[in-house]
Amino acid sequence: MITVELVKLLRRPRTWISVVLTCALPFMVAVFITITHLVPPPGQGSAFLSAVLQDGALYPAAALALVLPVFLPVAVAVVAGDSIAGEATGGTLRYLLVRPVGRTRLLVAKLVSVTVYVLLVVLAVTFTAYATGVFLLGPSVAAAVGQAPGVAGGAGGSAPGLAGQAPTAGQAAGGAVTSLSGAPLSLLQLTERTAGAIAFITVSMLGVAAIALFLSTITDSALGSALGALAALVASEVLVTLNAATVVQPYLPTRYWLAWIDFFRQPVFWRDIQRGFGIQAIYVVVFLAAAWANFSTKDITA
Amino acid sequence: MIITRALIKRYGAVTAVRSVDLDVREGDRYGLLGPNGSGKTTLVRMLLGLVYATSGEIEVLGRRMPRHAREVLPQIGALIEEPAAYPHLSGRANLTLLDAAGPRVPGGGSMGKARRTRRQRVDEALEQVGLTGVGRRPVKAYSLGMRQRLGLAAALIRRPRLLILDEPGNGLDPRGIRDLRELLVGLNDAGVTVFLSSHLLAEVEQLCTRVGVLDSGRLVLQDDLAALCAPTGRIVVDTPDADQVAALLDGQVEHRDGQQLLVRYSDAAALNTRLVGAGLRVSSIGPQQRTLEDIVLSVTGAGSDQIS
Repeated sequence: MITVELVKLLRRPRTWISVVLTCALPFMVAVFITITHLVPPPGQGSAFLSAVLQDGALYPAAALALVLPVFLPVAVAVVAGDSIAGEATGGTLRYLLVRPVGRTRLLVAKLVSVTVYVLLVVLAVTFTAYATGVFLLGPSVAAAVGQAPGVAGGAGGSAPGLAGQAPTAGQAAGGAVTSLSGAPLSLLQLTERTAGAIAFITVSMLGVAAIALFLSTITDSALGSALGALAALVASEVLVTLNAATVVQPYLPTRYWLAWIDFFRQPVFWRDIQRGFGIQAIYVVVFLAAAWANFSTKDITA
Repeated sequence: MIITRALIKRYGAVTAVRSVDLDVREGDRYGLLGPNGSGKTTLVRMLLGLVYATSGEIEVLGRRMPRHAREVLPQIGALIEEPAAYPHLSGRANLTLLDAAGPRVPGGGSMGKARRTRRQRVDEALEQVGLTGVGRRPVKAYSLGMRQRLGLAAALIRRPRLLILDEPGNGLDPRGIRDLRELLVGLNDAGVTVFLSSHLLAEVEQLCTRVGVLDSGRLVLQDDLAALCAPTGRIVVDTPDADQVAALLDGQVEHRDGQQLLVRYSDAAALNTRLVGAGLRVSSIGPQQRTLEDIVLSVTGAGSDQIS
């Protein structure tokens, strides 16, 4: 059944369209940066963007930061929200169940399929962003540093920010990438940390997927379950920024979403990462249990 | 094959199925009739374990449902309301995926064997429903009748012992309906029990050996079709000399409608001889037979889609 679900995922045009579109955003951003050499000053704007001009190899991290707030959760909510409700609307759910495919089995297969989808998107973004970063923004620190003075002379507005970063980049000479804390990272470290960030983001997205999957067993409307999951995320985002809601903040699904950035500190700042993994695990377990309880006792009338 | 005892299904305040005792025997071609909204689909879904009964028992192929669904369902082919398929895939790809989704064929050896026979079984099912040459066209380009045929093929890929078909004639043209009838009779002759629900009386009358009639969730009738439609012991006579015939057979004429008389008489040939012997003209003569339509309409009320 798992194989069947994967085949269905991979043969569905929607899967690939969403992957391409998700990869297109970071690419577009990189093209603009390459042309204008304008980046947000450090500490402002999307994470890592300020650093990518010095080092294209950091662009995967910047790309993940770009797609994480909206693109990724939307794609995941759509796919996970469609998983059961879409089969119900299309009428194929009843035929699968009388084949027979056990209801628990179907739910597990759907979860695996969504997980593979999340990994597919995240990895696609990472690799296309790496290629984009290396080819468009410059493969090595030396090249980036070499560019900086030229830009500083040409574009007055961006000069201070770039000038401020140039010494940092200089320290990291010899092929090393600069961490957010300023200390150099070897290529191996960078790979490890990117893998860690991918794992963290995937798990965060599984939290979204679990909510959408649960809603998908409640309604026969794929749109309803996807929007329901997104509404939950938006609500969580609002509360995360609200000082009055400090009490509930540690339990919100999006509270530690950005903790993967801590993988790029030297040394890795583990506290929020661990909490993020923990809270997502709880969301996944609770909502999957609820989905299972609802789905396995439900009358299939669609 | 299918036995239910005091089967009840309530959706909230609505009772869809009220104490149904269904009895489908091996080798039957059983037709479940009833107006729209009489509970046919709910009953079918309960038999297949999609909808859970509020109370009562269901036994399919000798095992309790839905408890033994894993052993029972692989031996059943089902069409439940409209057929369904993934629109962007071809019919063949749909059948292959559906077959791969389920467990192996019961008693059919290993998973590997199921995989090896899959292509052959899919081809066979497509041929049975007349979709052999359909090729790689995606299902979204299929006509209504082709989708219905594909749905039937999906019910057949496991070579089932029991077919449960909900409205199998939907969307088929007259030729398609005749093909379907021939297919089902052929399968039935080969030992497959056929259980179908329909509101098309003519379809059921031509196909089935046994009928059950549902009305507002109750099984109001269940009998062999031959017994139901047996001659009534009355002869229908059409004659231009209706007055004379009525006078001749005084006391035996039960009903008169213009030139048509309904006569209580044991044998049509004997009556014909007597009338002709008396010099009376007869346009047509034959034993009265109740049609399935008469029977069904006499035991059912208005369908639930008629609000009065």
